[in-house]
Amino acid sequence: MNTCIETHGLTRRFGKFTAVDDVDLHIESGAIFGILGPNGSGKTTLIRMLCGLLRPSAGEAQVLGFDTQREGEAIRSAIGYMSQQFSLYGDLTVMQNLKFYARIYGIPRRDRMARIEEVVRIVGIGNYLKAQSRKLSGGWKQRLALACALVHEPKLVFLDEPTAGIDPVARRDLWNLIFDLSGQGITFFVSTHYMDEAERCSHVGYIYFSKLVVCGTPNELKGLPEIIPAGTVRLEVRCPKLPVAMRALAAQECIRDVTIFGDSLHVIGDAGCEAVIVSTLSVTISGVPELRQIPPTLEDVFVTLTRSRSAASHV
Amino acid sequence: MFRGIGSIIYKECIHIVRDPRTLFLMLLVPGLQMTIFGYAIDMDVKHIRTAVYNLDGRPASRELLNDFENTKTFDIVAHVQSDTALLSEIVRGKAQVAIKVPPDYTDRLVLGAPVSVQVMIDGSDSTVAMQALNVANAIALQKSLGIVAKTVDSVSGPPVTVRPRVLFNPDMKTPNFMVPGLVGIVMQVVTLFLTAFAVVREKENGTLEQLMVTPVSRLGLMLGKLIPYAFVGAFETSVVMCIMRFVFGVPVSGSLLLLAGAALIFLFTVLGMGLLISTVAENQIQAMQIAFIIMLPSVLLSGFLFPQESMPLPIYVIGQFIPATYFIHILRGIILRGATFQDLWPQGVYLGLIGLAVLGIATRRFRKTMG
Repeated sequence: MNTCIETHGLTRRFGKFTAVDDVDLHIESGAIFGILGPNGSGKTTLIRMLCGLLRPSAGEAQVLGFDTQREGEAIRSAIGYMSQQFSLYGDLTVMQNLKFYARIYGIPRRDRMARIEEVVRIVGIGNYLKAQSRKLSGGWKQRLALACALVHEPKLVFLDEPTAGIDPVARRDLWNLIFDLSGQGITFFVSTHYMDEAERCSHVGYIYFSKLVVCGTPNELKGLPEIIPAGTVRLEVRCPKLPVAMRALAAQECIRDVTIFGDSLHVIGDAGCEAVIVSTLSVTISGVPELRQIPPTLEDVFVTLTRSRSAASHV
Repeated sequence: MFRGIGSIIYKECIHIVRDPRTLFLMLLVPGLQMTIFGYAIDMDVKHIRTAVYNLDGRPASRELLNDFENTKTFDIVAHVQSDTALLSEIVRGKAQVAIKVPPDYTDRLVLGAPVSVQVMIDGSDSTVAMQALNVANAIALQKSLGIVAKTVDSVSGPPVTVRPRVLFNPDMKTPNFMVPGLVGIVMQVVTLFLTAFAVVREKENGTLEQLMVTPVSRLGLMLGKLIPYAFVGAFETSVVMCIMRFVFGVPVSGSLLLLAGAALIFLFTVLGMGLLISTVAENQIQAMQIAFIIMLPSVLLSGFLFPQESMPLPIYVIGQFIPATYFIHILRGIILRGATFQDLWPQGVYLGLIGLAVLGIATRRFRKTMG
């Protein structure tokens, strides 16, 4: 495995606002790297710096072995980029958009049609070639954008919130496509704020208030000592009247954290706190809760980390 | 250096053809503007509304008033019966000139005594006032000479006359002078937006960002945008020139080839200015505002409307940095005076230098906006 993206102290400031703060990244080739974070946390700025669209205020970044500042041209020829909103030419047909990108990436004339047919097959947009791009639905627009980003056989593809605003089926299809392409050796750098998408990535980074909080495989993150501190258990508690139960449990000394998760509570408590939970809830909601020990989800990881970081920053 | 230029041209041509509404406007607007403005800026003042207070009323006085009307400069629109009514015609804007014929006009003429006819002129529009004054004086002079000639047989005319011979525009018709300049102004109005919008639209749609992650070069992108619109601009220029020739009947005295060459340099300069605007403006409204800021000095300081020679020095100097200044000079030279390359090359060089400077700055700024 060789390195695909490597950054050191990558920072971008806009006036007084720091959008990306001192980010160190190391991404291997072939990974599907998901960058997660709330809106405005700096995901898009990070991607733009890696593509060479924005100059870093400090630090440096190497993409595919090229320096983003000095060798931007070499990077541009080897990466694909799909931005947040649809940014192809709406008045051009699907085919004309593909031809335009094939030309602009300098694919030789004799290979051009073959390459276009290839990406058309990959994303399955063959039935819409003559349609005006702006008339396509959200999912098909994304597929076309992906096709345009793939037409020059990039080694690395940046997808900036590729599934924002498209329906669940199209979302699933797009991810299946990403897995297929990843299997062919393309590295993906995907930004998202959907946790279920993060679970699909081979590696995940979490960016919060411009800082990269954590980075690793989903399993590594779930096993972080911060997530399940030594001597604690993570429990799913099923019971009625969740808000009441949550307040009651939060007041107990042996309970470290309580969060409502759908129709249940996720509780982190000291080992052996099960008895306290059962007794507390039998008093407050006069019912018997169902308890189950569970592994943390990525959402647990990020919620826990976010809380501890914001607590730390407020001291 | 020019990487990607072919694909940008390809795409831009599809944009142009795909949007028939814009294409239609691009081709129709210059023709309309040329025709409407060409008629509007006729500075030959005719048919000045005139009020008359004729206290005499005898045939001699009516003959005088006929002389006024026969010049076509004056249209008698009202006859009034008092001094106050006469003045009020002017104050209310009903008339711009008022003529008062004294009651003893005929008597004094017969006696051979000097007589004065009062002519009041509304000076608020100086062009009209000046014309009215000149024509009124000329009428009086001619009338006097006629009387003198009748009474003194030996004199067959005034002892001294100036015999002016106006070269190149013998009838001193303003269309001949203004319309060639208008060609330059209309060209600037319609082509400035072409490139400015072409780039700003991509900014608004986010497609520019997508382009910037491709290996297209800055120069390739800029020229790729510029060249298709240069063709549109060239077509618009021909339309505007044809209207000048066939609607306003202004012939081209000089070389058509030279004219086309100069127009091409100007076209690239203006399209470059459009690109420069697009590097500053974030959206089409801003682009429009900046274009208007540029527009006004081009009309007022370029010598199109007012002679530059009479401008205060600082303003004159500003005028020298406006591309339209040189182009209008060249247009008038070729079209009216039949000037040749030898006469006009310095203006051509200045225009070209400004054009290169504009394109250079636009390219530099373009690089900046790409981060």
